[in-house]
Amino acid sequence: MTAVSVNSGRAASSVRPGLRRAQRRRRLTALGMLAPALLGLAIFFGYPLLASIFYSFTRYNLLSDPEWIGLRNYEYLFTQDPKVWIAAGNTLWFVLILVPVRIVTALLVAGLLARARQASGFWRTAFYLPALIPPVAAVVMFVFLFNPGTGPVNEFLSLFGIPGPLWFSDPALAKPSLVFLGVWVMGDIMIIFLASLLDVPREQYEAAELDGANGLQRARYVTYPNITPVLGFAAVTGVIAALQYFTEAAVASTVASGKAIVGESAGATMGYPDNSLLTYTQWIYVRGFSNFQLGYASALAVLLFVVAGVFLALVLRRVRAFSPEEATP
Amino acid sequence: MTTTALSASAMPSLTEGRLRRRRFHQPRGRVVTWVAEHVLLSVLLVLFLFPLVFVVLTSFMTDQQALTANYWPDPWTVENYVKAFSEVPLTRWFGNSALYAVLATAFMLVSSVPAAYALARIKFRGANLIFLAIIIAMLLPPQITAVPVYVIWAKLGFTGTLVPLILPNLLGDAFSIFLLRQFFLTIPKEYSDAARMDGASEWGVLVRVIVPMARPGIAAAALFLFFNSWNDYYGPLLYTSENSAWWPVAYGLATFRGSHSSNWGLTMAITMLVMIPVVLIFFFAQRVFVEGITLTGVKG
Repeated sequence: MTAVSVNSGRAASSVRPGLRRAQRRRRLTALGMLAPALLGLAIFFGYPLLASIFYSFTRYNLLSDPEWIGLRNYEYLFTQDPKVWIAAGNTLWFVLILVPVRIVTALLVAGLLARARQASGFWRTAFYLPALIPPVAAVVMFVFLFNPGTGPVNEFLSLFGIPGPLWFSDPALAKPSLVFLGVWVMGDIMIIFLASLLDVPREQYEAAELDGANGLQRARYVTYPNITPVLGFAAVTGVIAALQYFTEAAVASTVASGKAIVGESAGATMGYPDNSLLTYTQWIYVRGFSNFQLGYASALAVLLFVVAGVFLALVLRRVRAFSPEEATP
Repeated sequence: MTTTALSASAMPSLTEGRLRRRRFHQPRGRVVTWVAEHVLLSVLLVLFLFPLVFVVLTSFMTDQQALTANYWPDPWTVENYVKAFSEVPLTRWFGNSALYAVLATAFMLVSSVPAAYALARIKFRGANLIFLAIIIAMLLPPQITAVPVYVIWAKLGFTGTLVPLILPNLLGDAFSIFLLRQFFLTIPKEYSDAARMDGASEWGVLVRVIVPMARPGIAAAALFLFFNSWNDYYGPLLYTSENSAWWPVAYGLATFRGSHSSNWGLTMAITMLVMIPVVLIFFFAQRVFVEGITLTGVKG
């Protein structure tokens, strides 16, 4: 890309010097328009990224200056930290379960909605609606619905003689309960699947039918190739969201534990019940902002950076929406 | 946070526009399939609406009844909604949320609209590199940079306030820039070229041609940031947890249930009050919102 623009620049300059001046002026205008954003990128992204790496080699609590301790944070992280692998495991669980479950349900609902001919607007709005609800409110609602004492879910189960479990207070069921929540708010990805399904050219289905393709074959050879780009988009953004899964788990723990702890010890309820909802980003929060071990929290952050960075490096090129050339319609 | 909005950024009109124009191909005359599909849809719909129904019902119950398994309010009462304002600093929380969301959105627009224009419409060396940096900043989890950013605000003495969440928007928001750029790209080049021929500067093209034509896209970007700020939990937890005077409503709600653990009726009333503004804004703005979103380039 750079080579191309350099070449065109050179070609232009040899032809007309005025053009080159215009080019330089245009570049200055562009950089002027981008100046605040570039400053923002430098202050709130570039610098903190480098500073995180630096802090990760120090002991730092904000009160005194960072003290260089070499690799000791990483040594502790990989050999002694009692919870880091529990937290990483929980996050991995959400990446491996929550993301595919959401994508599959969203795709199924989108498939049904794509076929609904009557009142399509009503169906779409109804299934999209939960995605609009603020996450904190949605979590509070779900903890209420699933609460073992008076919750409607367990009352419903008891109609069939099924003893209701503890859901958000049961270490084995807390994560699956959040998957129910994730499915409920799947409208955000459902709606892009729907748009993509409706964009599949009708002629392709007709042609496949003429060739005698059955329903499954039409799905495999017509629908699937047409929706691959949005599937890829949903998978990439889903994994990125799951890697930073924080709010839903943290709020579920606070609300289900029935303890409101704020201020420096806000991390105390995180993970309830029994660390089953402790995700990796919450562990960064606990170490960094409840315990004020900023150096160690930075080491945890650097590890997350490596994982997210490798993932993005592998997949980013495949997502068309993120390529600079995805330009003219 | 970004990623949710990111998916939503691809959201096309729910009720009109392109979705209505095209119909999914379906062989005719299969009554059984039609019935089966609609039965399935209806069952799913009941399941999807069930949480909302119980929340609404519980919010109109008395304290005593909310502790029972009788789900039809008897008697109906609005005492929870009254208490929500008298016993809980809800007005303050709403004020803080409104301040956060409105200022963040206004600041974002000032900084991000020109940035998005430069990336979408001006050809210059380094544009792709800047775009890539913005994409990466948008996608990497914010927790990676949280410590040094917190240290900056702590040294400036702004922890305990909403300033660290509002002010950075003056220096651009990566997701908004991405969204706006994708939208600006869909405006035919001929319009900006024609304005340039007439001697308009780049700023002139932006203000007089692009901004008026891109209103739906700009409105969509504004609404997304507004919603994200309104819904934000992580930011207020990080910066205002110790100072309840600055709690926004989403954070207040999360801490509330802990301190009033037996009172589900009141909790559900507050939950309703937190979500109502967002849902209302969506229904009023749906058209603008959605017109602009179809073509953010996410769609395949």
